[in-house]
This record gives sequence, C-alpha cells and structure tokens, in this order.
Amino acid sequence: MPEAPLLELAALEVRYGAVTAVHGLDLEVHKGEIVGLIGPNGAGKSSTLHAIMGAAPVAGGDVRFAGASLQGRAPESIARAGIALVPEGRRIFAGLTVEENLRLGLSARRDRAGAQAAVEAIYELFPIVHEFRSRQAGALSGGQQQQLAIGRALVSDPALLLLDEPSLGLAPLVVDLVFDALATIRDRGVTVLLVEQRAQRTVAFADRTYLVANGALRLTLTPDDAQDTERMVHAYLS
Amino acid sequence: MIASISAQTLVDAVGQGAIYALMAVGIGLVFGVLRLVNFAYGQLIMAGAYALAFASQSDWPTWAGIGLCFAVVLGLSAAMELAVFRPLRTQSPAVMLVTTFAVAFLLQAVALLIDVHDGTIGETATSIASLNQAITIGGVDVRKITLVAIVVAAIALGLLALLLGRTSLGLQMRAASTDFATARLLGVRASLVIGAAVLLSGVLAATVAVMLTVQNPFVQYDFALKETIVVLVGVVVGGIDRLWTATLGGFLIGFASGVINGALPTDKTVFLPSVVFALVIVVLLVRPAGLFARSGTSLVERV
Repeated sequence: MPEAPLLELAALEVRYGAVTAVHGLDLEVHKGEIVGLIGPNGAGKSSTLHAIMGAAPVAGGDVRFAGASLQGRAPESIARAGIALVPEGRRIFAGLTVEENLRLGLSARRDRAGAQAAVEAIYELFPIVHEFRSRQAGALSGGQQQQLAIGRALVSDPALLLLDEPSLGLAPLVVDLVFDALATIRDRGVTVLLVEQRAQRTVAFADRTYLVANGALRLTLTPDDAQDTERMVHAYLS
Repeated sequence: MIASISAQTLVDAVGQGAIYALMAVGIGLVFGVLRLVNFAYGQLIMAGAYALAFASQSDWPTWAGIGLCFAVVLGLSAAMELAVFRPLRTQSPAVMLVTTFAVAFLLQAVALLIDVHDGTIGETATSIASLNQAITIGGVDVRKITLVAIVVAAIALGLLALLLGRTSLGLQMRAASTDFATARLLGVRASLVIGAAVLLSGVLAATVAVMLTVQNPFVQYDFALKETIVVLVGVVVGGIDRLWTATLGGFLIGFASGVINGALPTDKTVFLPSVVFALVIVVLLVRPAGLFARSGTSLVERV
C-alpha cells in the first residue's frame, strides 16, 4: 500500500466574498518530494498556499497534513504543526535585525533544544545571512532578504516548506542560488511545495508540477515535460 | 523668586509628563498589536481609583489597597480581552473602536451605580494622600508624588524596554505590532501577544491609578477621563504607529500642559485646554502623521 501523502488537498475551494479564487483543487505532496505549482497570475496559487496555512477563507473541501485535517486551525497552530511558509514579497521585518528575524522563525519550533543548531545551519546554508546578522533586515538587498526569509522559515524545523514565488524580482544569479538552496533543503529531509512564475525551470526542477489556471488544476507535469512549452502555453491560456 | 517658580513649574510638568507617558505606553501597547485605540483605558484607571478608595474607607493598609487596585485593574483588563477584544479581533477597527466606547460608558455607569449606594457621588481615598505633601529641595517645593511619578515612570519604561528588547515575548510583540499576519504565519501566538499587551497595559493603568489618586483623592465615575483624552491626543501628536513616539507624545503633552498651566496667571488657567489643543492643531497641520513620524510613513489614509 503506498504511503499516505504528507499534504493532501481534496476539492479545495477558496472564496473571498463573491470571488472564488480556487475551485475544487486536488493536490498531493509526498514526503521528500519537491512539488511545483505554476500558473498565470490570479490562478489561485497564493490563495492555495494561504489556505494551507489557515490564512485564507476555505469555503469547501479539505486540507490534510500528515493524515489530519487542518480545517479551522489558526495560522500559528499550523506553523507549529510543521508547515512553514516563505511568503510572496518575503515579508521580512525590516525594522528588526537579521538575527531577530531568524529568532522569530523559532516561534513555531516544537523542540527548543535544537534552536541554536538550527540557526547555525542557516548561517552555513546562507553565509550572507551570517555576515549581516546584526544589520537591520530592511537594509538587505532583495536576494539577501529572500535568503533570510527562507532561513527564517527553516529554523522552525518544518516537515513541509511552502514557498510563494521565491525568485520574484531577483537577479538570475540569485535565482540560481535560491534553486540550489531548495535542492539542499530537500536533501536535508524537508518536503517542498514551490509556487513559481518561472514555469519551465520549475517543471524541470521539481519531481512533479501542477499547472493551475482560473483556480482549477489543468495539468500535472514531470521534468520530462519541461521542453513541451506548447502544452504549457495552451494550458496557461485555456 | 521667578527662577524658583519656574523650576517648580518645570518639576511639576516633568512629573505630569511622566504619568501621561505611562498612560501613552498603555494605550500604545494595545494599539500596536490590535490596531485599536482603547477608549475604555481611562475607565480602567477609574476602577483602580475606586478600589483604592474602597480600601482606604475600609481602613486597609496602604499596600493592601494598592494590591487591590492592581487586582481590580488587571482583572478588568483580562475580562476586556476575553469578552470584547478576542471575539471582535477579526472585525473592522471601527467596530472595535465603537465597542470600546460602549465599554467605557458601561464601566462608568457601573461605577456610578456602585458609588451612589451611600447616597453621595464620589468616594475619597485618603490613605495614600500623604505622598502629596511637599518637600523642599534646593529651594524648590516638590511634592513627593512628583518624584515618585518620575522614578516609577523611568523604572517602568526601563523594564518595558528590557522586556521588548531582550525577551522572546518582546520580540514577538514587536513583530506582531509591525505585521501581525506574517508573525502568526511564523508561529507567533495571537492570543499570547495580545494578552500580554493588554495585561502590561493594565499594569500601567493600575500604576497610574495610584499616582492620580494621590494627586486627587476624590474619586468619581469620570476619574481620569480628562487625562485619558489629553493623552490620546498626545499619542496621536507623537505618532501612534510606534511605541516610543506615542510615549514621547504622551510625555510632551503632559509636560506642555504643566508648563502652560504654570505660566498662565491663576485666573486664566481655565484657558489651559484651549491653549494646549490650539498647539495640537498647529502640530497636526504641520506634521499630520505625528511629530516624530518618519517622513513618508503614516497609518492615516487620505482621500
């Protein structure tokens, strides 16, 4: 019998007032996978991530994590259950220092004993975060802030890491650095659900990629489909 | 003689500024995490003052009266958080604001009902009034309560700065004040930081209740109402979006009131509020986001 998925969305529906952002989305992420979620602007990708975190209004369906429903749970409770989100636009605390931002990430940690080691591991993964640890986070460049945002999510020792367009607005070299870091993160045993605009790169990088448009699933792609741009474009425009 | 009068005026003004600064911190802490101006803050202080009056009239020792004051104010703060703020947390700021008005009037009405049981309005709290006596330092008459207010405010603000700057709870409160949604996504418990802010604000309200009751032992249902309105104005003048600017605004309006009160001839002190609020209007015309606001930042939306 196959192992139950770590994250399972079943007929998820997200609605903001009269606007339905996600229509009956089914999606699975298994332990150890990197799963991509791509689609045009307004496809419901960010709403899906926020619904998983309990920060968007779920109008129907279910979100299950490690076999248990997350329905009705507060964002902080979901974060403490082992899901971390790197939000779109990074949302770092500009007035706090880099180190204080990292320490905030420890809020969701269940095991306090490993906190210092977790921070050290981030310093090793992103040396720039270590170098600038005493600076105000607002003084960092976009790429440095993205590394900090990923580090802040990782220090909570999550089982599942959600990323919302981590490459948005970054220089190509920094995008490479972010994708390399994601591969390292997966190798350390963290499962990843990655929302991205860079469709082709994501399809090639992830174990499996879901393409959503207008809030519904259109395609499921594997790395072998990365060159099949015609199919992707058709799905984007459908 | 003029110099000694000025020095005394200045010392009194600093004392008043210290008390108003504590009230500003209390209001600013709750505003930081809830984006809510708690108009019922003055009624918390009023409740504490009634507790002191009750203890005084029942011949309780001073420490027990102060203990009762803290218990009443903290109990009411916790009740306000559980019964009002928590259920309405997700509502619009306007709903919460109007609700705090309702709570303020409710608490005043309850105070009046309890107060009139002996047939008179107003109770006296005399057991701690001895702190209102003056001592002479370097030719300047200083009331003991003024010194106590300055020292207590300095200690309270120092402890608060340590709590906010050095502890994990303080870090979480600072983050929640900046961006509550993101803080929650990182695992910061909303109930913990809001509860902590409300209780800390209650501790400050109780502290202020003791000091204001020393200055004015005659406690009525509208006790501390005028001070709260003035401090709210001070908080806005300083800049409500940051705790230290709000605190400084509270201090400044208390200090300015004290100085203007000292400078006005005795028969003209009735004009004090007019002078203070005229200054406030001028400040807000020049710097609408607050006297100490960073340029280009404001919580104020304009059409």
